[in-house]
Amino acid sequence: MRNRQATQLLFELSKPGRRAAVIPPSDVLTDEPLESLLPSEALATEELALPEVAEGDVVRHYTNLSTLNMSVDTHFYPLGSCTMKYNPKRNERLAGLGGVVDLHPYQPESTLQGMLRLLYELQGILAEISGLPAVSLQPAAGAHGELTALMAAAAYFAERGEKRTKVLTPDSAHGTNPASATMAGFQAITIRSAADGSVDLDDLASKLDDQVAVVMITNPNTLGLFDKGISEIAKRVHAVGGFVYLDGANMNAILGVTRPGDLGADMMHFNPHKTFSGPHGGGGPGAGPICVNEALGPYLPSPMVVREGDAYRLDYDRPRSIGRVRSFFGNVGVLVRAYCYILSHGPAGLRKVSEQAVLNANYLLARVKHILPVPHGDKCMHEFVASAERLKATRGITAMDIAKRLLDYGFHAPTVYFPLTVPEALMVEPTETESKETLDAFCEALFRITEEDADLVHSAPTTTAVRRPDELTAARKPIVKWNHSGG
Amino acid sequence: MDPQQMLFAETHEWVAIEEQGDSKVATIGVSQFAVEQLDGVVYVELPRVGEQVAAGASFGEVESVKAVSNLYCPVDGEVVEVNESLKDSPALMSDDPYGQGWVAKVKLSSDAALGKLLDKAAYDKQCGESQ
Amino acid sequence: MALGAEATKLETITESCHSGERARLMAYFMNTPEDEQAMLAAIGVEQIESLFDSIPAELKLSRPLAIPEAMSEIELTAHMQQLAARNLAASNSLCFLGGGAYDHFVPAVVDSLASRGEFYTSYTPYQPEVSQGNLQAMFEYQTLICQLTGMDVSNASLYDGASATIEAVLMCRAVSRREKRVVVVGSLHPEYRQVLETYLVPLGCEVVVVEPSGETVDVPAVAAQLNAETACLVVQHPNFFGCLEDVSALSAACREQGVLVVQVFDPTSLGVLKRPADLGADVAVAEGQCLGNPLQFGGPYLGILACKESFMRRMPGRIAGQTVSGTDRRCWVLTLQTREQHIRRDKATSNVCTNQGLFALRASIYLALMGKQGMRELGESCLRKAHHAQRQLVAAGWERRSDAPFFKEFVVRDPSRQIAERIQAGIEQGVLVGVDLGRWWPELSDSLLIAVTEKRTRSDIDRLVDVLALKAVGV
Repeated sequence: MRNRQATQLLFELSKPGRRAAVIPPSDVLTDEPLESLLPSEALATEELALPEVAEGDVVRHYTNLSTLNMSVDTHFYPLGSCTMKYNPKRNERLAGLGGVVDLHPYQPESTLQGMLRLLYELQGILAEISGLPAVSLQPAAGAHGELTALMAAAAYFAERGEKRTKVLTPDSAHGTNPASATMAGFQAITIRSAADGSVDLDDLASKLDDQVAVVMITNPNTLGLFDKGISEIAKRVHAVGGFVYLDGANMNAILGVTRPGDLGADMMHFNPHKTFSGPHGGGGPGAGPICVNEALGPYLPSPMVVREGDAYRLDYDRPRSIGRVRSFFGNVGVLVRAYCYILSHGPAGLRKVSEQAVLNANYLLARVKHILPVPHGDKCMHEFVASAERLKATRGITAMDIAKRLLDYGFHAPTVYFPLTVPEALMVEPTETESKETLDAFCEALFRITEEDADLVHSAPTTTAVRRPDELTAARKPIVKWNHSGG
Repeated sequence: MDPQQMLFAETHEWVAIEEQGDSKVATIGVSQFAVEQLDGVVYVELPRVGEQVAAGASFGEVESVKAVSNLYCPVDGEVVEVNESLKDSPALMSDDPYGQGWVAKVKLSSDAALGKLLDKAAYDKQCGESQ
Repeated sequence: MALGAEATKLETITESCHSGERARLMAYFMNTPEDEQAMLAAIGVEQIESLFDSIPAELKLSRPLAIPEAMSEIELTAHMQQLAARNLAASNSLCFLGGGAYDHFVPAVVDSLASRGEFYTSYTPYQPEVSQGNLQAMFEYQTLICQLTGMDVSNASLYDGASATIEAVLMCRAVSRREKRVVVVGSLHPEYRQVLETYLVPLGCEVVVVEPSGETVDVPAVAAQLNAETACLVVQHPNFFGCLEDVSALSAACREQGVLVVQVFDPTSLGVLKRPADLGADVAVAEGQCLGNPLQFGGPYLGILACKESFMRRMPGRIAGQTVSGTDRRCWVLTLQTREQHIRRDKATSNVCTNQGLFALRASIYLALMGKQGMRELGESCLRKAHHAQRQLVAAGWERRSDAPFFKEFVVRDPSRQIAERIQAGIEQGVLVGVDLGRWWPELSDSLLIAVTEKRTRSDIDRLVDVLALKAVGV
């Protein structure tokens, strides 16, 4: 019953003369030729090649396209390290209030007092949750936050005349960590994980010296385990004068339970689109607010919101600031949703977020570990990494096969083949907004898959719109836009 | 070309030496074993003609869909020719690693590095052990 | 840095609430007490707290977080409405503010389609079989951006115009292998310029700024700064002051030195003005907020980046590509992923991971609705209205700083130098009159940057002129 036009491209639906939006004719200077307003050499000489479609075409096209996606609103989406929790509808409505969404970034501050207060309060709330006093809301995504914090550390050391050239990142870290280190002008050096997935303290010791600016740690780590060595790591890094960066991707495990600042971290980012329920939008927007210690505070980007009596204003007078990392204030729409989410929970509720996320993850782990061993222990935090290595050896079923077959059962796949340190990795993060019934159904699907005919599993998915697209051809002969000749 | 006559680096590049006048030119490619591990070559970043290269240094990259591997030059010298056809047809490297899938020709500045290379039998043994 | 201390002093928004009663307000949890017991039994522990045993006791927080108590949806709605009421919404006023963010009209279809949960609650299409909607939308976005700019290839989005600009510069440095020098035309958005400096200076890359003379730059002054060490020239056209730069002549000068050209463009201008590709740009970047995206106090917005095909493997960010499934069914995947941080790690073309998918989708829907004719009408409407407003203001005693041609934005100077008073008078009458340029350039603190979009009418402009009439504050 699928509408066959659904997968036609906009450009194939185009028909000369058809149109949707109409801009009314200007009610001023109507008769002046453009050439009298602008030099003729600046004017376009041909029409844009944009498609010509009717409003009905656009609505049906995108509505049909949307049905080809799995999403949190429609499916269980246990994509490890992405925290695909429910995105509350109330946040959408509140972030869409005219007095919130229709604000120009250069409006006078007197016309922005409600917004500035919201952002000021959020700065304080994030400082409290992180245990780190200075906050910048400017970075636009987690990776952007990493980069911003590393730049602040670089500025701190430069001001003190210290030449520190290295940033250490664990081999299990998100790729953004080493990539951000390079962009901030550091050399990224990998530290090994120990057998239990924690940072190998001996390897750390061998690489730690007074050239190291920052050691980036993800805790809970990407295996979903709390690294107990964190205090020791922080002690050693601080002993050589370096800073500890905590990648906040996994904050959903420790809200109100422990705080990065109390663990010895000097800097961190939040992923509000993960931890604080911002919709993931098919790949963004996110936001990447960062919290740092007092020493690094002066180097954070400008501006910040400050309060003077009952008034709020943007403070640009920050002489030691690294400057700006993007235009305007930041990804405010995402921050507003985070604010609404945090206020919907309060202190007890935020702790309960982590309790329920950890309960759900441990329950899943307990139910599946006999068929999908979890190499790094019986317990986890908010997510765990199982391995299909045994299944691959005995039945030829890989992590990718399981991921694809789960799609047939109506579940989004876990993250697969990450972290790189676990063979045939399946990284499962159920989040706190899933029910026991959903988790049980997911387990049932996994059990059935492991007992299914291996050929059937290899050929999965069989029920989706397309099946295992040819990524090799796509990368060899990239076609990245439509063209008339058939593209 | 016959792989039995080639020399191999531990990093999986092969070398075939040709005498040209009074100099030696090494044709360099990637071994069949390595190409199979890559599961489909999608792009090859070639060295530049005229570039001076040192044995053991990275002088290009081979990409598969989800991995990137450095190409390490097994010899010392100057790049005199690169296999331009890999730009449009990276699959040549997968389909014919010891022939049309060659990467570059390097005019040797010295023979020093050749001594560290393995013959086919020794290389096969290394690959067997790594599996 | 007293923010930490401030946190504990936050006004308690719900002072009247008792935290014990608050637990029932947490609407998003699923497990009942019975579920919890069954789950704990399956795990083999007595209580949830045991699941946190791996965190050493001395590292645990021994008190509740000092943040406001939980609010029900009714309370939260009232609270947010109160905050919203303390802002003057552009939708409740006449907005003539620009400077990179504009009050253009957003058709209802954009909001309606982009708010479908299947789009906005999905994520990066790691599993192409269940992400064809997003992937096809990305592919269409890339195509639409190429159609708009005339460039060969586009990525699937970056954070905003400024981050697209710095990413373009980083790409040019890598492509050209000229790492040490970049030339910037000083009529670039001042915040974009700040971003360039924040990123590039610590990398040892010199940022040479050629200041405009008047409101546009002199081509020979730029040409004099170009050399064989220069990676690229960054030029905004129409520039921050709304004026047209001679990008063709600048490009020609760049060609002579092998310098690449990054043009920051205004998407709404391209129904009227030549496209970046026509002007010789190697990379075209823009702020895409104007394409169907709300102002929302500066973000999330949309960073557009398109370039020549030869740079494709050096592009930052996600790219969707066409391929086939099974025998020959056309479909889409993320492609050229080896450029990206999750594979190439420290050698990636950029650290960008999550980008602005939802806002690229909104821009695509917008461009589809507008089509070639709509974009032409949009450009013409902005152009005519801006020129009308400028003429009226000049007639009312305001002065232009130069006679450079402009598109939808222009600078006017108040000879009586009472900008703050005029902005305040505007607020009192519900008119956001323009951006005070003294914010960035003290010597321009007598000048306003005024943007006029297609939403403004003749009578709106009359009101602006009325508010800004020099007699209004007693001149």
